[in-house]
Parts: sequence; C-alpha cells; structure tokens
Amino acid sequence: MTALLDALLLGAGYNAALVAIGASLLGFAAGASGTFLFLRKRALVSDAVAHATLPGVGLAFIAMVALGGDGRNLVGLLAGSAVTAVIGLLAVEWITARTRLAEDSAIGAVLSVFFGIGIVLLTVIQSMAQGRQAGLEGFLLGSTAGMLFQDAVVIAVGGSLAVAATYVLRRPMTLVAFDAEYARAAGVNVRHMDLAMMGLVTAVTVIGLKLVGLVLIVAMLIIPAVTARFWSERSEHVVWSAGLVGAVSGYTGAALSASAPALPTGPIIVLVCAGLFVFSLFFAPARGVLAAMLRFWRFQRRVHLRQGLLALARAEPIHDAFTLRVLRQKGLIRADGVATEAGRAQAAKTARDEHRWAIAREVHQDTALTGRYDGLTPIEAVFTRDEIAEFDRRIGGPTMVASGGPG
Amino acid sequence: MASEFVQFSLTPILIGSLAAVACALPGNFLVLRRQALIGDAISHVVLPGIVVAFLVTATVSTLPMLLGAAGAAVVAVVLIEAIKRLGRIEPGAAMGVTFTALFAAGVLLLEQSDTSSVHLDVEHALMGNLESLIWLRGTGWDALVDWRALQGLPPELGRMAAACALVALLTIVFWRPLKISTFDEGFAQALNLPTTAIGLGLVVVAAMAAVAAFDAVGSIIVIAMFICPPAAARLMTNRLESQVAWSVVFAIASAVLGYVLAGYGPGWLGAHNAVSAAGMIAAVSGAILALACLFGPHRARIGAGKEASPV
Repeated sequence: MTALLDALLLGAGYNAALVAIGASLLGFAAGASGTFLFLRKRALVSDAVAHATLPGVGLAFIAMVALGGDGRNLVGLLAGSAVTAVIGLLAVEWITARTRLAEDSAIGAVLSVFFGIGIVLLTVIQSMAQGRQAGLEGFLLGSTAGMLFQDAVVIAVGGSLAVAATYVLRRPMTLVAFDAEYARAAGVNVRHMDLAMMGLVTAVTVIGLKLVGLVLIVAMLIIPAVTARFWSERSEHVVWSAGLVGAVSGYTGAALSASAPALPTGPIIVLVCAGLFVFSLFFAPARGVLAAMLRFWRFQRRVHLRQGLLALARAEPIHDAFTLRVLRQKGLIRADGVATEAGRAQAAKTARDEHRWAIAREVHQDTALTGRYDGLTPIEAVFTRDEIAEFDRRIGGPTMVASGGPG
Repeated sequence: MASEFVQFSLTPILIGSLAAVACALPGNFLVLRRQALIGDAISHVVLPGIVVAFLVTATVSTLPMLLGAAGAAVVAVVLIEAIKRLGRIEPGAAMGVTFTALFAAGVLLLEQSDTSSVHLDVEHALMGNLESLIWLRGTGWDALVDWRALQGLPPELGRMAAACALVALLTIVFWRPLKISTFDEGFAQALNLPTTAIGLGLVVVAAMAAVAAFDAVGSIIVIAMFICPPAAARLMTNRLESQVAWSVVFAIASAVLGYVLAGYGPGWLGAHNAVSAAGMIAAVSGAILALACLFGPHRARIGAGKEASPV
C-alpha cells in the first residue's frame, strides 16, 4: 500500500515519475481527441491506424541501421510509424470511398494486413545482426522499463501539442461530428476537419506506442470518451472530462504498475480506464443504469399510487399487492386496508383533479395543454390558478343525491 | 528436395489453408452484415480465455484452452450487446471498449501468472507457430500412404481439418436461412426465421473457427482471413454462391503463396532466415484484396456509376 502511495506521489523513483507524468499527458490528449472520433461514430478507425504503425516502426529501424545509425532512436521510429499509420488511414478512406466495401471491412482488412507486414518486418529485423536487441516487440504492448528522459520528453511535448490542437479545433470538429451537412453549409471544410481529426488521432497513437503499445492505444482513444459521455450531454464538457478520465487512468495506472512487479503499464492503464467506464455505466446520473432503474421504480410507484387513490375515492376494493404496499408506506391506508384521514383527503383530491382534467378537455381546444394529461402530471403544473378556479366553478358544488337529483 | 518439402512445408501449408478456409466461410456473412470487426474483437478476447483456461487447469492441453477461448468469445459478444443496450452506445465503440479491456486483462493475467515454464506468451498468440508444425516422419511423398508415418502428423492438422469441415457443413446446412437473414432481415422475420438466433449462431461459429485457427496460426491470420478473402470476393461477383467460392479460392491462394514466400522468398533474395509465415499470409491476402479493389469487375458501389467516379 505504501508502495502505491509512494508511486502516486511520484516518490517511486525518477523513471516511475517520468512514466506517470507522460502517461497522464498522453491520457489527456487521447481522451480529448478520441471524443471527436467517438462522436463521429468512427471509433474503430483508430484500431486500423494503431495497427498500421507497426510496419513503419520496422522500416524506420531498418532504414536507420542501413544509414549507419543506432536504429533504436525513438523519434526516428515514431516518425516511421506515423508514415505507415497515415498510409493505413488513407487506405481505409480509399477503400470506403472507391469500392462497395463498408468501412468495417476496410478497417479490418487494413489492420490485419498492415500488422501482418509489420510482423514480417520484425522477423526480418530479428535476423539482422543489429536486430537482436532491438526490442521492437515492446511496441506491441508498450514497455516502460527502459524509458529514457528524452523518451518522456517526446511523449510530454507530443501530448501537449495534441491537447493544444484539440483546443484550437474543438468548435469546427464538434460541428462536423454532430451535423456534417450543416457544417458544410456553415462554411466548414468537412474533409479537412475529418483529416485534422484523424491526424490528431494518428499523432496520439504514435506518441502512445512506447507507453501502452499499439494493441491497447485504441482503448485510450475510445474508453475515456465513452465514459465521459455518461456524465454530460454537452460536447465541450464531454471532451474535457474525457481528457480528465484519460489523464487519471494514465496517472493511476502508471503509479499502480510502478508499485509492484509484474504489473505491465499499458494493460494496467487500460484496466483502470475500464474500471472508470464500468463505474460510470452503472452510477452516472441521468444516463447510468442505476439512474435509469431508479427512474423506472419511481414512475412505477407514482402510477400505482394514483391508481390506488382513485380506487379509494371510488370505494373500490384494491387487490394489487404492490399498490397496497405503496399506499401503506405513505400512510394512506391502515394495515387492514381502510383509508386513513390523509388517504381520504388525497383520494378526494386525486378524484377532483381527474374531474378537473375532464372539464379542461371540454373547455380547452388547445391540445398542447390538454395533451399533457398522462394521469401523473399535476394539473397545477399545466393550468393557472384562475383556470383551475374556472374548472371548479363548472364542476359546481356538492349536490345531495337523496333530495331528488342534481338541479 | 521432395522429402524436405513434405517434411517441413506440406503440413504447415495444409494447416494454413484449412485455417484460412474455416475463417473465410463465416467471414463472407460477417462482411455482408457489416460485422467484419467481430472477427477482430473475437481474436483479441481469445487471449484472456486461453490464459484463464490455463490458470484453471494448470496444463497446456488443447480442449480446456479451446473451451476457454470459446467461452471468452461468447462473454465478449454478450458484453458488447449489454454495453450497447445498457449504455446506449454505438456498436463500434461498445466493441472497442470490450475487446481492449478484455485483452488488457489477458495480458495482465499472463504477466501475473507463472507461465514461464510453458509456451504461452503474447507474441505466440499474435503470430502463431505455423513454421513449427512440421511432419518429421514424412520423409517423402510415399509417406502419405504409410500408416506409421501418418501417425506422426501434427495433431493440429486433424483438429483444423475437423473444424474446417464443421464450419463448411454448418454453412451448407444453414445456407438458406443465413442468406435470407443476411440480405433482408425483415423478410426473414416475416418468414418466421429466428433472425436473432441466426445472427448469434453465426458469431459463435466464427468464434469457433477463430479459436481453432488461433491455436495453430495465431490471431493475425485469423483477422486477415475473416475479412480479406471475403472482401476481395465481394468485388468479384454479385452472387453469394460465387462470392463464397471466390473467397475460398482467395483464402487458399493466400495461405499457399504466403507460406511459400515466407519460407523460400528470402532465399531467392539471398537471405538465410525465413520470415514470419503468418505475417506473410496476411500480407498476400492484402495484396489480393488490393488487386480486387483496383480491377475487380464489381468493385464499384451500385449507383456510383462511371460518371460519378472521376478517375
């Protein structure tokens, strides 16, 4: 536990602190830019982009070795991965635009083929003299063990640039994500915005390769956005909360993984993020599962309460067990089913309101008002006090049935 | 020369082809139903399934692993559906959330458990071990009729053949309902076909094919074969029957060509070491798809005629 606390407070060593800061910056950038991808309903394109980075890493290594360099230079490897990622992205767009294949087939084809080519290149590198300790497999699932200061700087600078670009482009990208036609009419170049969005996603993917690896970087782009969506209906809130979710999971995940052995950074970050997602799925206000269940439960109670009160007013027997329970809990009937004082009063009010609604439907031609009758909306919420007084006047006072009918 | 081929190349090529066909058959319907990425999701969640099976049984035997992987695939499908409905999230994102989280859990379990003594690691899961499925007793073509030599065949061959046969049989038996519900779900419902069950059954069969193939050839081939041959076949014809036939041809061609290129290609270029066969098979299937995209007779979308494409 203290090890975790140490790590959370950046006290678990220089390297761990670097990783934690880098991971939170990356998480923020991925969450914020991934939101637009999610809102545009193209979340899985990032999967193709991520897998398409692998051949670039291999080619960059081979090229750098052929030029007499080290081959493990992170900037060089990332530059190579960006090139093939963009080629992969363009391939997805080209297949979708020019053939009858749907986008999901294009994504799947590009990701598997590029990944296959990448694996072929990795085996080529393994057979090279300089390739034995290349450690390029680390890009599959991320590896933070040998992270250098300059690697962390690359991640930090890249992450900050991605966040800044997201901030600058947030309005047009939101517009395009919600209504591409309207955006086009408003003078936004939809194609350029799409390219900018995918460019951001590519940048985040490339930056995240070292930290979480290409198989799992997709999670950092998708899960924070989906999680944040539960908490807000406003896109700008979703963008920044997604960034926050990504940053928190990046930071916590990196700290967790530094606190004990055999806790690989990438998977832990993703699992922390998935934990936040599951929490939001169940407990988010308004959109969460629990909130939906509560809403349903309250609605059910209100329906049963009203039916029970109407039955009391008409002196009809109540058989439904749930209705009886609701009435009893509210103190409207006694244990033996007889209405209490309060029960009779509320029953009378419910019956009178029902009568008022009936009058309202006769008097008012405005269906926008009378159409709001659903048995649950209180009449005071729809009509003014004067109008209700008018309904009451039409209903008239109590009449004595015994004295020979109304009159 | 012949004996070397039979010993070292015949069985991997056969297993690769069988795996490719087993994945391509259900892949045809997945591509048409726009569920191509189900294959991607399944092949990711196979990893946690296999790790859990290993942790429960503590052995690397085949049956529990297949069961674990199939169980994980079903769990993933259920989870995707649940997240989609409970959270009102679009299918692609729900899929992305599910398979990445499960894959991460699989990697973590793998790191946490002591699997150093057995051959179980992420790279193996991704790339498979097609090259190691050799037939040492196959010392020549005449070994094909030698019972003793045949007993030395790698067990993956029999397993893959059985899986492929089962997938083919199911495809033939359920051909009509599959075809109808794929092209016109409303019409299928009007005919009282259980469309939900058909959809789920298709996913389960795809999962089975993926799991069986995964064991022998790794998940790259699985994803590539689910999508590339059927997608290429889709550009060749307008008839489902011929599309399936084309996809089988493309799948086998990818497997054979890919293996040969990986095994012998570097030698032709003067290098000594073979490259990954799984990766090369995926690359060849991609090349076939690229050719189909460029020259396939039915590549254009209906309605997007010649005047619409400014090439």
